[in-house]
Amino acid sequence: MDRVEPNLIQPEGSQIPRNAEDESTVLPIPPLEQTRSGEELLSVTQEEERISIASNWTLVWWRFRKNKLAVASTVILLFLALVVLIPEFFATFDPEQTDARLAFIPIQSIHWLDEGRLKPWVPGVAGKRDPVTLKMLWVTDESQRIYLRFFAPGFSYKLLGLIETDRHLVGAVDPEKAELVYLLGTDRLGRDQWSRLTFATRISMTIGMISVILSVVLGLVLGGISGYFGGWPDMIIQRLIELLQSLPTIPIWLALTAALPRTWSPEKVFFAITIILALRGWTTLAREVRGRFLSLREEDFVLAAELAGCSQARIILVHMIPTFTSHIIATSTLAIPVMIVTETSLSFLGLGMRPPAISWGVMLQEAQNIQTLALAPWLLIPGLVVILAVLVFNLVGDGLRDAADPYSN
Amino acid sequence: MLRYILQRLLMIPVLLFLFSVMVFALVQAPPGDYLTSYIATLSSSGSSLDKAEIEALKQQFGLDQPVHIQYLRWIQSLLHGKLGLSLEYQRPNDELIAERLGLTLVLALSAFVFTWIVAIPLGIYSATHRNTLLDYLTTVLNYIGVATPNFMLALILMWWAYSQFGLSITGLYSREFEQAPWSFAKMIDLLKHIWVPMIVIGIAGTARLTRIMRANLLDELNKPYMISGRARGLSEWQLVMKYPVRMAINPLASTIGWYLPELFSGSLIVATVMNLQNIGPLLLRSLINQDMYLAGGILLIYCFLAIIGTLISDILLAWLDPRIRMEKS
Repeated sequence: MDRVEPNLIQPEGSQIPRNAEDESTVLPIPPLEQTRSGEELLSVTQEEERISIASNWTLVWWRFRKNKLAVASTVILLFLALVVLIPEFFATFDPEQTDARLAFIPIQSIHWLDEGRLKPWVPGVAGKRDPVTLKMLWVTDESQRIYLRFFAPGFSYKLLGLIETDRHLVGAVDPEKAELVYLLGTDRLGRDQWSRLTFATRISMTIGMISVILSVVLGLVLGGISGYFGGWPDMIIQRLIELLQSLPTIPIWLALTAALPRTWSPEKVFFAITIILALRGWTTLAREVRGRFLSLREEDFVLAAELAGCSQARIILVHMIPTFTSHIIATSTLAIPVMIVTETSLSFLGLGMRPPAISWGVMLQEAQNIQTLALAPWLLIPGLVVILAVLVFNLVGDGLRDAADPYSN
Repeated sequence: MLRYILQRLLMIPVLLFLFSVMVFALVQAPPGDYLTSYIATLSSSGSSLDKAEIEALKQQFGLDQPVHIQYLRWIQSLLHGKLGLSLEYQRPNDELIAERLGLTLVLALSAFVFTWIVAIPLGIYSATHRNTLLDYLTTVLNYIGVATPNFMLALILMWWAYSQFGLSITGLYSREFEQAPWSFAKMIDLLKHIWVPMIVIGIAGTARLTRIMRANLLDELNKPYMISGRARGLSEWQLVMKYPVRMAINPLASTIGWYLPELFSGSLIVATVMNLQNIGPLLLRSLINQDMYLAGGILLIYCFLAIIGTLISDILLAWLDPRIRMEKS
């Protein structure tokens, strides 16, 4: 650890050859060797300079950037965040619009090329009645082409609750045919899955995030008290954490959500669920925060701050917490997927979010029957979105965790 | 060591008492009780109970008493080893639970064995053959395994088996054995069915354990004793299996503490999806129908299993690792 790992940060566009082999292909003259190593020496010191003046966050970012998988996941995550913000824009239908005649329309996959030119279209659908069961059966019909365009007009809504507009990401060029574009098919009640998915993304992701934010607040406060003050509050909080952690999570969550009155509005249920999820979520974080406080309490800079006459609140907020903020962010990123999966499972069992609220779990309720599933496998798509979301959160969280400690090797 | 185990054992009743209060508060919390919903269903179907009958039922189940008396009565019967009467099934709860508890345990333990049998060799292979194709494949599978909720995996497998082969992989027995008493043939039939749910329940844990095993082993493989072992001419297989693997497995024992309870209660959702007759679906049903003593009994059993899981892992850890043993005594 006497020297900073040289490949930690290579200045982009640095033209200095790294070793003799590179050098020999360009300039095979030995005398230059000396000046080159001199330059290299200089560049190393410049690098060290760059590292030594970089802020903690810059170092974290440099290190995070090296993890390509985590960066790619961040992009997907940002896209999901955009869907959370403006699901109406991505949706093509009102998610509640039902029409039983349009049940189980299959996925109309987007074709980008039309006779060699870039002109996106989806195949039309044709329905026929099953002569025995009298059910409508829908199939895609490639001979009909419904052309699509971006920023197509559709149902009107308020963007971010502010701007009145009727533009959506995609839609049919011909407004007459707009009612026939179901990008991810329809469910049992003829509701458009794609549109429902965008709204479900909003609910499921926000439940995950809000419950993690609640956990972080609880974890910071209780873990901080526990680690900074010690003594009997520490005793009580530690026992409480042990008690909560030895509870079997899923059964208890089930019982808690089952205890929510059926008459509650979706908003109330939403907040109740975030609180229920946070009730145990804070324990992991509180433990970590406590550990940090315990070790930081002995550090010289805390003593210095005390001697300089800082108040306790200032020492905690300004001097101690910033040293492990990156860790908190990493841990909470890794906690979000756990919350999302739990909410999905609870809603799937009918005990979490309930219709008319739409979440990934609520959508998956439609996929419970295996015969229905065989007929309409696209009902499983919300589950794939759950897997994708959990995957990217985990990858970003792992990347952050590795990057959180920029001075480690 | 003995003292440590005794201490831990003494904690169990204390924890169980605390949990019993919590559990009772939980099952008591929903507005109304089983009788009110029962009366509502009756009246919606046209028939009704007269006042005297309702009162008699209330008395029978103790629903007319204040909450703390109800709790005391419940605890009293618990201490006598009884879990009360199910309001819905009109049968003793112990019977209902006993029928299904065995399957819960068998399912969880087989998933546990599956996890360890798969995860440890895979982790060792991944660590010793770092950056090979199989290592990358394992890593990718691990990430997906961790990210897939187990009920989702169950759904995908069920759909796939049904749409490809017309097979139904739900349930734990073939139809002819469902009601049959236990016999050797039924055991064989169970073994034929149990492996799918076993894998479904165990896969996430397997993925996580493989990752931990790989990381632990990688730390060990860089240690100087490996070089000295090689210098002395140990074969690579001997060298890896004898020292670093043993060191890397030790911390895994601590994962049992959270993994076993997770398997017990994690099977709940899969059991509901795949129609496995363990205590999971029974709990779900009793919670929805407000069959409070049944729900309370099952919740307490889950709590008990969670405590036992942690206990096993702590004892195992102390037994495996002398450093922890010394510290504790």
